[in-house]
Amino acid sequence: MECQECHQRPATLHYTQVSNGNKHEVHVCEVCAKEKGYILPNSEEGYSLHDLLKGLFNFENPKVNHTSKSPFQTTKEIQCPSCGMTLTQFKRISKFGCAECYHTFSDKLDPIFRRVHNGNIKHAGKIPKRRGGHLHLKKQLDTIRKSYAN
Amino acid sequence: MTLRHFMNEAISPWMREQGPDGDIVLSSRIRLARNFADKPFPIVAELQDLEGIHQFFKKEYEHTSFKDYQDFEFISIRNLSTIEKMVLVEKHLVSPLLTKNAQTSAALISKNEQVSIMVNEEDHIRMQLYYPGFQLNNALNEALELDDWLEEKVNFAFDEKRGYLTSCPTNVGTGMRASVMMHLPALTLTKQLNRMIPAINQLGLVVRGIYGEGSESLGKVFQISNQTTLGKSEEDIIEDLQGVVQQLITHERNARKRLMEQSGVQLEDRIFRSYGILKHSRIIESKEAANRLSDVRLGIDLDLIQDESHSILNELMVVTQPGFLQHYAKKTLTANERDILRASLIRERLRIEA
Repeated sequence: MECQECHQRPATLHYTQVSNGNKHEVHVCEVCAKEKGYILPNSEEGYSLHDLLKGLFNFENPKVNHTSKSPFQTTKEIQCPSCGMTLTQFKRISKFGCAECYHTFSDKLDPIFRRVHNGNIKHAGKIPKRRGGHLHLKKQLDTIRKSYAN
Repeated sequence: MTLRHFMNEAISPWMREQGPDGDIVLSSRIRLARNFADKPFPIVAELQDLEGIHQFFKKEYEHTSFKDYQDFEFISIRNLSTIEKMVLVEKHLVSPLLTKNAQTSAALISKNEQVSIMVNEEDHIRMQLYYPGFQLNNALNEALELDDWLEEKVNFAFDEKRGYLTSCPTNVGTGMRASVMMHLPALTLTKQLNRMIPAINQLGLVVRGIYGEGSESLGKVFQISNQTTLGKSEEDIIEDLQGVVQQLITHERNARKRLMEQSGVQLEDRIFRSYGILKHSRIIESKEAANRLSDVRLGIDLDLIQDESHSILNELMVVTQPGFLQHYAKKTLTANERDILRASLIRERLRIEA
């Protein structure tokens, strides 16, 4: 399949964009994907996280747009108290502004992490050596429990 | 160790050693993303916050050493010329993004260039550690110790549930990207690799050409890395990656053997034509150079070419990049001038060797 933008190189990236309930298929080569902003030029990831997040949020809460049109209601935007990042900004740039954002947007994150990390939402790796404190003990306990369970 | 050294030597000291499975695996890399717990991430931070971090790293780590990684050189990206920045990127010592954030970004690079700690990239800290050949376990163990060493002075953003917190949701958890650089000429020539990529992707791993675009990579050098960073331990991620790399090595070796058996003369012809062109051409584009170099490297690995060194692909791939050529010429060059200089540098290099 050839790239739909340049019609020269073969299409190596294939997306289904969902916006406002409409599906739209995109087949492009990597060069055009970068030029047209489907993927970030420097990202190590081969697909657009931005599109992914946009799709997820729209899907998750399709009614919000309707209520906000009412002149008597103002929608309250979720905003990180620490760095000021709003949910809308997070959706647009697909980047957290600070550590606190993870708590601020915590309710919205599981579906995103599941999609990005093969269904996983919980950390299972290293704990900081110095600052990990009781977590090291907890991890050891977990390991012992698991070894008994088997 | 000075900046001049990083600029003049195309090939990092650690790359001169041929690591395990070095005929196929060029290098193994572990990269860890970390952030300060109490500072906004670079994407939203005020300049003064980032400048504070910049100064902190200069004060605490300039000319320090950690284990075998001696005498960290602290490089403020804002002090570099455009060409100097290009060279550091072409050597994979820093990322393109680091050079874009030039106002406050910096890098700490060890004398042997095996360790590079990027400051104020997408995250506050991106440390990367290289090993020659296929040595992911060694690279991981060393990287985790390096991480502990930095943690002595920095409180990392960490959450019990989400792990190490990063600016991009794709890095959260371990913050680790493990990758292996592989030269896969036989799998590319026989078009087997393209058929294997979907299966590899399903395991949460990514294959990409490192010098070219898309799956048609330049020089048939590919990077295999993990996509998933959350929900698996560092060791498990490495194990999955190792399994796939091991299989690719086996397949590549088999494909090379079959090529030699079934079309030995054609393969030899292809390799020696490329060798001849590199030895004698007067103008050569980067794409052609990369592919000819890959042929010659294959010829060396198959013992068809005996008096050249294995590191020739690594070295000439870097030397023939635009930044390096212009650094060598000490001026900006047009594309045509670059093609002429590239051909001449390759000719010279092959003459030294023979």
